[in-house]
Amino acid sequence: MEVPILKQGHYLIASIQSALTDADLSQLREALIERVGKYRSRGVIVDVTALDVMDSFAVRTLRDIAHMARLRGAETVIVGIQPEVAFAMVQLGLTLKGVSTALDLEEGLAFLDRQARERSERVQGRNPRG
Amino acid sequence: MAAKGKDSPAPAQLDPQATLESTAMLLRELVAHLRQNRTQLREEWARRITRAQLLTAMTEEEIFAEATSVYDNYVEALETGTFEALQAYARNLSERIIPRGVETHEVVGIVLLLRDVLARSLFGKYHEGFVQERERIIRQQQEAIRELSTPVLQVRERLLILPIIGVIDPQRARQLTEQLLRAIRTNRAKVVVIDITGVAAMDSNVANHLVQTVEASRLLGATVIVTGLSPEIAQTLVTIGVDLSEMATVGDLQGGIEEAERLLGYKVLPLEEVTPKA
Repeated sequence: MEVPILKQGHYLIASIQSALTDADLSQLREALIERVGKYRSRGVIVDVTALDVMDSFAVRTLRDIAHMARLRGAETVIVGIQPEVAFAMVQLGLTLKGVSTALDLEEGLAFLDRQARERSERVQGRNPRG
Repeated sequence: MAAKGKDSPAPAQLDPQATLESTAMLLRELVAHLRQNRTQLREEWARRITRAQLLTAMTEEEIFAEATSVYDNYVEALETGTFEALQAYARNLSERIIPRGVETHEVVGIVLLLRDVLARSLFGKYHEGFVQERERIIRQQQEAIRELSTPVLQVRERLLILPIIGVIDPQRARQLTEQLLRAIRTNRAKVVVIDITGVAAMDSNVANHLVQTVEASRLLGATVIVTGLSPEIAQTLVTIGVDLSEMATVGDLQGGIEEAERLLGYKVLPLEEVTPKA
């Protein structure tokens, strides 16, 4: 099943609706990375609320998406990881190191907005935290 | 009849409402038990009488015959709740044996022996249930203690506190993590302060559980601040080489809450400082 990718302002939102095969995941990765360039997006949100299982391949693909998107100039946030999934992932040592996460879509958008603000402040050289 | 008085208190400690019914039920159960083990209990009683050197004026066969009658009369009295037959039999027995030189203390002695035999038999019957019940209660209490000792509290919008007190075993650590993750979701928490002031000791297992909890919370988008590491725990963790670099740690709970408020964008000021500006 193909994952729909929505464009929302500067951000891309991919909302996973059902369990995905490895091929679907790879396809999602290709599509997202391609579209980051196409739409000049600054942020990517992957919503995994509907997933109640996440295997090592899924986690690795999400991590790859985040790293690849960063290389293409977009920040990635994974949102909506279920408590049980989070627990299982940590037990299996799949901790998504270096990838931002947020509770849900709303939080993810707020996070990306904050990041963009901080970046522009840094660029203008008046970042209060110096 | 002394035996009867001794056997009945057991049902009396039950719930007062159901006492009447359950007494009747227990009495039926008791009678059934006594009927079923009639031969064995009777023989045991007679053996104990002989061993205690009571009723020396009578032969062993006589003792056994009388024991049988007493036993049957006793069970019948228990079942019917009427004592006339037993009383009549007791009178008849006294008339027969007192002339043969049987002393009062001997009669008391054999009645006490019957009580002892019956009580032991009943304990044997209910022993298993007793042990099971005790274990059930202990399990229940352990559950309750666990539930009580891991509250997840919301102090401010989007800020949770998890005070951990006592010993953390793998099972409790797991339950703790699950509870915390669920609370993060329902309260939409952004920052969690885990206070471990009340944790006396920590080994690598517990430390790893803590690291896992922090990681899992991060996956839900919440930042975890650990507070209240005692000097001993800090030393232990450094000595056994647990990697806590991923964890934000603050000295005490107050510091942890202040740090959390900073992350959430709160600023707590005394009223005097706020009002002039307003």
